[in-house]
Amino acid sequence: MNFKLKAIVAAAALALTAHAAQAQISGNVVKIGVLNDQSSLYADLGGPGSALAAKMAIEDFKAKEKGLTVEVVSADHQNKPDVGSQIATKWIDSEGVDVIVDVPNSGVALAVNQIVRDKGKVFINSGAASSDLTGAKCSPNTVHWTYDTWMLANGTGSAIVKRGGDTWFFLTSDYAFGHALERDTEAVVLKAGGKVVSKVRHPLNTQDFSSFLLQAQASKAKIIGMANAGGDTINTIKQAAEFGIAKGGQNLAGLLVFLTDVHGLGLDKAQGLILTNTFYWDQNDGTRAFAKRFAAANGGKYPTMVQAGVYAGVLHYLKAVAALKSDDGTKVVAKMKELPTDDPLFGKGTIRVDGRKIHPAYLVEVKKPSESKGPYDYYKILATIPADRAFRPLADGGCELVKK
Amino acid sequence: MFDISIPALMGQLLVGLINGSFYALLSLGLAVIFGLLNIINFTHGAQYMMGAFVAYFLLNKLGLNYWWALVIAPLAVGATGVVIERLMLKQLYKLDHLYGLLLTFGLALIIEGIFRNEFGSAGLPYSMPEVLSGGFNLGFMFLPKYRAWVIVASLVICLSTWFLIERTKLGAYLRAATENPALVQAFGINVPRMITLTYGFGVGLAALAGVFAAPIYQVSPQMGSSLIIVVFAVVVIGGMGSIMGSILTGFGLGVIEGLTKYFYPEASNTVIFVIMAIVLMFRPQGLFGQR
Amino acid sequence: MSEQNPNASAAHDPVWEARYHRNAFILMTVFFIVAPAFIYPVFLMKALCFALFACAFNLLLGFGGLLSFGHAMFLGMAGYLSAHAAKVWGFPPEFAILTGTVTATVLGFIVGLLAIRRAGIYFAMITLALAQMVFFYCLQAPFTGGEDGIQSVPRGRLFGLLDLGNPMAMYYVVLAIFTAGFLLIYRVIHSPYGQVLKAIRENEPRAISLGYRTERYKLVAFVLSAGLAGLAGATKAIVFQLASLTDVHWSMSGEVVLMTLLGGMGTIFGPVAGAFVIAAMENYLSELGAWVTIAQGIIFVICVLAFRRGIMGELEAFLRKRRKQG
Repeated sequence: MNFKLKAIVAAAALALTAHAAQAQISGNVVKIGVLNDQSSLYADLGGPGSALAAKMAIEDFKAKEKGLTVEVVSADHQNKPDVGSQIATKWIDSEGVDVIVDVPNSGVALAVNQIVRDKGKVFINSGAASSDLTGAKCSPNTVHWTYDTWMLANGTGSAIVKRGGDTWFFLTSDYAFGHALERDTEAVVLKAGGKVVSKVRHPLNTQDFSSFLLQAQASKAKIIGMANAGGDTINTIKQAAEFGIAKGGQNLAGLLVFLTDVHGLGLDKAQGLILTNTFYWDQNDGTRAFAKRFAAANGGKYPTMVQAGVYAGVLHYLKAVAALKSDDGTKVVAKMKELPTDDPLFGKGTIRVDGRKIHPAYLVEVKKPSESKGPYDYYKILATIPADRAFRPLADGGCELVKK
Repeated sequence: MFDISIPALMGQLLVGLINGSFYALLSLGLAVIFGLLNIINFTHGAQYMMGAFVAYFLLNKLGLNYWWALVIAPLAVGATGVVIERLMLKQLYKLDHLYGLLLTFGLALIIEGIFRNEFGSAGLPYSMPEVLSGGFNLGFMFLPKYRAWVIVASLVICLSTWFLIERTKLGAYLRAATENPALVQAFGINVPRMITLTYGFGVGLAALAGVFAAPIYQVSPQMGSSLIIVVFAVVVIGGMGSIMGSILTGFGLGVIEGLTKYFYPEASNTVIFVIMAIVLMFRPQGLFGQR
Repeated sequence: MSEQNPNASAAHDPVWEARYHRNAFILMTVFFIVAPAFIYPVFLMKALCFALFACAFNLLLGFGGLLSFGHAMFLGMAGYLSAHAAKVWGFPPEFAILTGTVTATVLGFIVGLLAIRRAGIYFAMITLALAQMVFFYCLQAPFTGGEDGIQSVPRGRLFGLLDLGNPMAMYYVVLAIFTAGFLLIYRVIHSPYGQVLKAIRENEPRAISLGYRTERYKLVAFVLSAGLAGLAGATKAIVFQLASLTDVHWSMSGEVVLMTLLGGMGTIFGPVAGAFVIAAMENYLSELGAWVTIAQGIIFVICVLAFRRGIMGELEAFLRKRRKQG
């Protein structure tokens, strides 16, 4: 072959491979959809902050330099499964969204989980609690970051019993999520050698807990486990302070509490609360740097573990896409499970075959007002639950992707 | 479930009474507005919420404490009520009552949406005034001082309002004006202004309840919408025109709800609606109503 | 809403009215047949389900003069039963939808019996109270899935032949259901029964003095309205393969009032227009969070103060005036 022909063949080969690589990323753009609650209950723990976290991940990944165009869109699912599933469907069908992230509210998350699976895209959930996402409803297109009900129950439950909180009273929100949380935590408490003295179920969105708190006081249990979330938890904590629960020698255990809840309560009411999170901004230099950058662009509000999970999840997703040079959903998730994770927020970790992201969990106590030195300085870390024990064992989930 | 301990029961009854005083205060404003003006004020929940927010701002931006808020918040929110009445409600008096319901419903959506946009939903903290912190150990329960204050203050306000409307000359003019505005106007009394001020007064009562709520319930944009339907139930059961009916029903339902929370807590949300449905079927004018 | 129904006394020339209705119906149907070519079909299906819901509600409010503040219970319960039937009992879609509709009809009969003896604000309040009880029941009953709802409802094959997983097939089925419901309502309104119902709305004491058992007529209207609302809900559950608490919450009852008010109470096509506008608003404003609530509130206020006849009411008044002039 003379030189000219070689050049033409080489050029053609180059053009073809370049074209092929480009053609594997649909539309030449990687589009990330941040779907969460932006107007009610969960707006503060995720909301627009999650979109910001995603954008920060794209910057830090240096997408442009690597030749990837990445865009972010966001929408409000209003905590309604039908709104959430319509947005997800529209995004995938007509707006070229490749990956959906965040999605607090287990009902919406399960709906989106199904849609993403049917359409072969990617779902990185950072906000929802349901351990079914990596259990009965697990999918080769879904990664569950940050936390789930099993981890919360196990982390908080067993760690508290080990520290001497061995008699429990459950205050449970009377719907599926509350029941599940109560059931999982009760199992853990009993296994760790504790006792459940009594339980009471309250309707969702109760304003006044005085009657239930009175029953909790009468039970004389050392720990009052709050198997509820959002406004119910906040109201319980506020009124517990009023009724002198802590002075009576009882401690509240928050089974699902976020940094923003503590902020909304104020330390004088929330002090002494014990809870489990998987990220806290003040743990090391990496997390602190992230938090300062985040707060500067987020009106001074510091990141919650959900927003941190969005950052880390997007970062890892982009790594997988860049390595694979494709945004085919199932393949990318497989790559994400293949590559170990490493980011400044959660440290080193892995994603298991059932889609569960594994990282350590932290048992924290809310500081007294006198112990807090600055804004959002709310937690002291009591114990670290190592990654291999923080989440439900692989075989126990009933996930079909797990080969027996 | 039935091995009742008397101290525990007494504790629940007291707690129920406290909640009842809350319901009574909130339904008082609604009953005044409906009883005297025939307006169904769906915005009541949003106005209650605004009262709590005003208290929050007074404390955190102007350094004015709870006691100031008790006076300023009702006046401020009551003023917004006056504006609403002047600009919008006035035009609906000749129409079916239900238009008033729809208008105030729409206003409630607007107000709640604006506050949600601005303040998110986790709510804002409001601390308990020092003087009212702590409590009394009554033996059968620990009664927070603040809750005792709420019962007493609420009773005083409810009874004073009742007295004002049912037993004073001003109240008599007002009641006459709603029965026969033309005649009363002929006597030289400025009826439209009375109506406006009455609406403002009812709204002010809602805001006052909001200030009472701020230290114990989370100050959040949806605090009103969770309560409004229950408060409507109270007013309907008590009798939509009867002030005393609302007060008594408010306290009574608080006690019933408290007992339900003790014996069958999962139903404590529904028990009020069951009672409301039953009352509406057999005595639609309510337990104490006349029309 | 009897004395003040703004679109009540509009019709004077039945021939013109019939012609106007026929033309409008043809226009509407043609639009819906071709619409999927340029509007996202999933949105259209949502709007059609809500349009049927609003038409059913309007039958009760606009023509019967009864404001129900709890109509979501029919939409939602039918949705739950339809979803459950399709998913757990394995019914084909036509039977699942039928199950849902029958549930709503039965519930409508029970609620109607309890509520119909009262009028005006008391009627509204009693329907609200009963709807709240239905809501709390749905929140706790195991079969509804509580906050998660019933998910992954299969679409199935209609009559064993037509695979509803195909979006176009599903769309035209929804359109057929909507059109059938719409025509049924039209037929009812223009029947002798419908005339009596309107008379009751205008002046119930006079109707009673003429010997009509007004409570029976109102009950029939209520049951019909509930059943058709149920049809809308049952269909919606199959389309979106999901049944959730949103559809039994009192804010949904408020939304259908808004749709009917905005579109034009007491007009035939009003609820359809209103449903489309509200659905479009939710769709396109969903990126803006709480603004949806604010926008809905503003529309309520404007409609009550200045736009009581609603979109179709204003349009029809304009057309009638032009006819008089021309």
